Amino acid sequence: MDLVLKIWRQKDAEDKGKMVAYNVTDISEHMSFLEMLDVLNEQLVSSGEEPVAFDHDCREGICGMCSLYINGEAHGPDRGVTTCQLHMRMFNDGDTIFIEPFRAKAFPVIKDLVVDRSAFDRIQQAGGYISVNTSGNTQDANAIPIPKPDADEAMDAATCIGCGACVATCKNSSAMLFVGAKVSQYALLPQGKVEAKDRVMNMVNQMDKEGFGNCTNTGACEVECPKGISLTTIARMNREYLSASVTED
Amino acid sequence: MSKLDSKIPKGPIKDKWTTYKDKIDLVNPANKRHIDVIVVGTGLAGGSAAATLAELGYNVKAFCYQDSPRRAHSIAAQGGINAAKNYQGDGDSVYRLFYDTVKGGDYRSREANVHRLAEVSTNIIDQCVAQGVPFAREYGGLLDNRSFGGVLVSRTFYAKGQTGQQLLLGAYSAMNRQIARGKIEMFNRHEMLDVVLVDGKARGIIARNLVTGEIERHSAHAVVIASGGYGNVYFLSTNAMGSNVTASWKIHKKGAYFANPCYTQIHPTCIPRSGDYQSKLTLMSESLRNDGRIWVPKNMDDVQAIRSGKLKPTEITEENRDYYLERRYPAFGNLVPRDVASRAAKERCDAGYGVNETGEAVYLDFGAAIERYGSEQAKLKGLVNASKEEITSLGEKVVEAKYGNLFQMYEKIVAENPYKTPMMIYPATHYTMGGVWVDYNLMTTIPGCYAIGEANFSDHGANRLGASALMQGLADGYFVLPYTIGDYLSDDIRTGKIPTDTPEFEEAEKNVTDRINQLVNNKGTKTVDYFHKRLGKVMWDKVGMSRNTKGLEEAIEEIQSIRAEFWSDVLVPGRADGMNTELEKAGRVADFLELGELFAKDALDRNESCGGHFREESVELDGEQKGEAKRDDKNYAYVSAWEYTGEPKDAILHKEELEFKDIELKQRSYK
Ligand SMILES: Cc1cc2nc3c(=O)[nH]c(=O)nc-3n(C[C@H](O)[C@H](O)[C@H](O)COP(=O)(O)OP(=O)(O)OC[C@H]3O[C@@H](n4cnc5c(N)ncnc54)[C@H](O)[C@@H]3O)c2cc1C
Ligand code: SF4
Ligand code: FES
Repeated sequence: MDLVLKIWRQKDAEDKGKMVAYNVTDISEHMSFLEMLDVLNEQLVSSGEEPVAFDHDCREGICGMCSLYINGEAHGPDRGVTTCQLHMRMFNDGDTIFIEPFRAKAFPVIKDLVVDRSAFDRIQQAGGYISVNTSGNTQDANAIPIPKPDADEAMDAATCIGCGACVATCKNSSAMLFVGAKVSQYALLPQGKVEAKDRVMNMVNQMDKEGFGNCTNTGACEVECPKGISLTTIARMNREYLSASVTED
Repeated sequence: MSKLDSKIPKGPIKDKWTTYKDKIDLVNPANKRHIDVIVVGTGLAGGSAAATLAELGYNVKAFCYQDSPRRAHSIAAQGGINAAKNYQGDGDSVYRLFYDTVKGGDYRSREANVHRLAEVSTNIIDQCVAQGVPFAREYGGLLDNRSFGGVLVSRTFYAKGQTGQQLLLGAYSAMNRQIARGKIEMFNRHEMLDVVLVDGKARGIIARNLVTGEIERHSAHAVVIASGGYGNVYFLSTNAMGSNVTASWKIHKKGAYFANPCYTQIHPTCIPRSGDYQSKLTLMSESLRNDGRIWVPKNMDDVQAIRSGKLKPTEITEENRDYYLERRYPAFGNLVPRDVASRAAKERCDAGYGVNETGEAVYLDFGAAIERYGSEQAKLKGLVNASKEEITSLGEKVVEAKYGNLFQMYEKIVAENPYKTPMMIYPATHYTMGGVWVDYNLMTTIPGCYAIGEANFSDHGANRLGASALMQGLADGYFVLPYTIGDYLSDDIRTGKIPTDTPEFEEAEKNVTDRINQLVNNKGTKTVDYFHKRLGKVMWDKVGMSRNTKGLEEAIEEIQSIRAEFWSDVLVPGRADGMNTELEKAGRVADFLELGELFAKDALDRNESCGGHFREESVELDGEQKGEAKRDDKNYAYVSAWEYTGEPKDAILHKEELEFKDIELKQRSYK
């Protein structure tokens, strides 16, 4: 198929940036979206132009590195996939595709389609861990039985890949789904109970400091999340937060 | 001739590690504050090492090329992690894990290292559970296990099909705790481009800030390389796009020997390639072989009908299917080790039985498992007269619970429903057993420079068993390196900070800058990918699943000429002082073009078939094992450690003879 691509080009953080149109031809429906961009980039490089910069690594939907806002949707039109798993069979010959970076105050653009998501790391550093030493002197793994439903639910929350689609989709740029997922994973496991209060307070405070917006329950994040992280994680985090603030001092 | 000293502690194998730990020098906590350690890589190996070293009190600087340590390639591991817990009571033990690993590696690994790995394996699971890693559990609340290829016990722990992700997020959380305390300084989007030696010791690195393009000097008392494997030398592999050999290759050029580069694992169950635009291959976890049966049609007519779309695989009756692994290897069946399964698939496809257009695909079929699980569930639920549809639907649910995300991944890529029609799979490059040579302490031949995880050559010999890379990465990082590095650093408590305004740093930085300028100013006519694809094709065709003298000699020459062409004609647009993704790729491919040659040279030297390395000249000629790979213990029971002297073709071979005191050398039979 032949396509017109309208892509956000921005030299660096200071540059104002603009949409630029490109044509690509002979795109196979079996290609992934990023392979289609590879074709464009080979074209650009061969003619001595700078390729479009975009983040990617695993190309199988697990590292969370790829992003992109495609035709107004984070990770594009398909559901339950990341951009690297999106296939060209979702598009038609002659389509014009708009490709922009994830936009949020807390995710400044570095270049073209690459954004800085280090705010997510800082939220995790504020409390996304269990304070146990890695010395190897822990008790036997089976000494703490965990009911299977709890373990499974914790696992579901833990599958967040930290991509930021939830933030990019939310009209308030809220990071509640991302934070809710981590808080939920630990809240569901006995190992996480000890520090539960500090964890939720510190992570939520850091989230606010980073400039993410408030949650107004539109539910858009859940729809776009490639890993199917559920809104119930946000509800659980709110409960945790409330009970932590009530019992604080 | 050799200065290789593996430093294996004396004494019985069971006691070596314990005795070693009792005797080594320690650094007292107050002094650790004055010691800096650089860790390159934040995968399972680097992440766990950085966290543990920081927790012990060292000042750690950690580097990764992604935008966050959580995105290291380890995140993609699917199937599981081994540990000799024997929770299933099926006869597992430290000794059995040790034995399986040495045998699975085709007797080309170092016994003492492997035994230590088996010993600490059980700690890993305890550690990860304490960190909140949500492993799969049984209904009683205890941990569940599955089994992997090449073994007869169930010792693999897993978290759905995302085990690597969960383990890496565990290590990442441990790192975060130390970053918050200021004990780890994290450098995301940084690429290490050289190691700096002062008085022969590793004392720092030169790194490029991938956002600003700045070249930075970082000093430390020791440098740990945890940069993963080099499977991308084949261009197409299951590795992440950015996985590279650069860090390992740079230390090689500064004096670290590179061991067994030709030992590569070609994984049997990957999604076949579909076109020239393909940028990477996707693994379908080996765990699928627990329940999936591998086959091709028995008759050529059926093969042709399938390829032309006239016949569906589900229409081929049982007697017309060739379950070739079950036929050839009745004892292990579909669970033979990876190298054996891959070669068997290639054998069938070379004979013309491949089931897709390219002729490079075999079936992985869940029909039988769905029926078996369905009937089991029907009984459990007391459904006496369950219909075929009901049974299928119940069975599909069980299969979905076990492998749901893998099935979804397959469907997204191939646009076929694997519950209803068998998957198509073909072998692909997946893992590299070879790597930087290290001694028992995990130190390279450069004093103070260590290599851990997939980057070193260590524990898997000529073939790695499934679920053992995660085990090794975490063992190295959490439980081995933190001890062994202390022994070395105990001499450095009075050294003080290493200055970076010295001639050694000056020179290293200049070399890095010169090379970058050369790439950017070359202004040739061909893209980086053009060269990478050509290299990949030579590697796959001539240094791939099956190798011979003629092909290897040709490969060496071809790689040399591609390399020469690369340096005269590569085109890297843009500038060096800012984000430049083509420049990043160019540097990595330049290193692959050197490694590829050494790789072929090593394969040529090893005129035996062992593990993933198959030489057509070395097969069994008769008897029960006719046609199987033939190992040559008399002449090749050694580790090949290559010393860099200027060009890959001039590399000097050093041999570490392998001694097997605790395991008898036998032919690997899975019949
Ligand atoms: C698809 C897939 C599935 C797998 N499944 C399993 C499984 O189920 N079980 C199992 O045991 N094994 C599995 N493996 C193998 C296993 O995942 C890897 O061997 C292991 O994770 C490697 O870990 P590592 O820490 O050594 O390196 P990696 O995880 O590859 O980490 C490398 C790190 O080094 C950094 N880096 C690299 N070069 C540089 C540089 N020059 N400068 C700065 N930083 C650099 C990267 O940023 C990254 O942080 C799988 C592998 C693949 C590809
Ligand atoms: S919650 Fe979903 S959308 Fe948000 S970061 Fe995690 S995986 Fe991405
Ligand atoms: S590139 Fe890893 S999730 Fe898309």
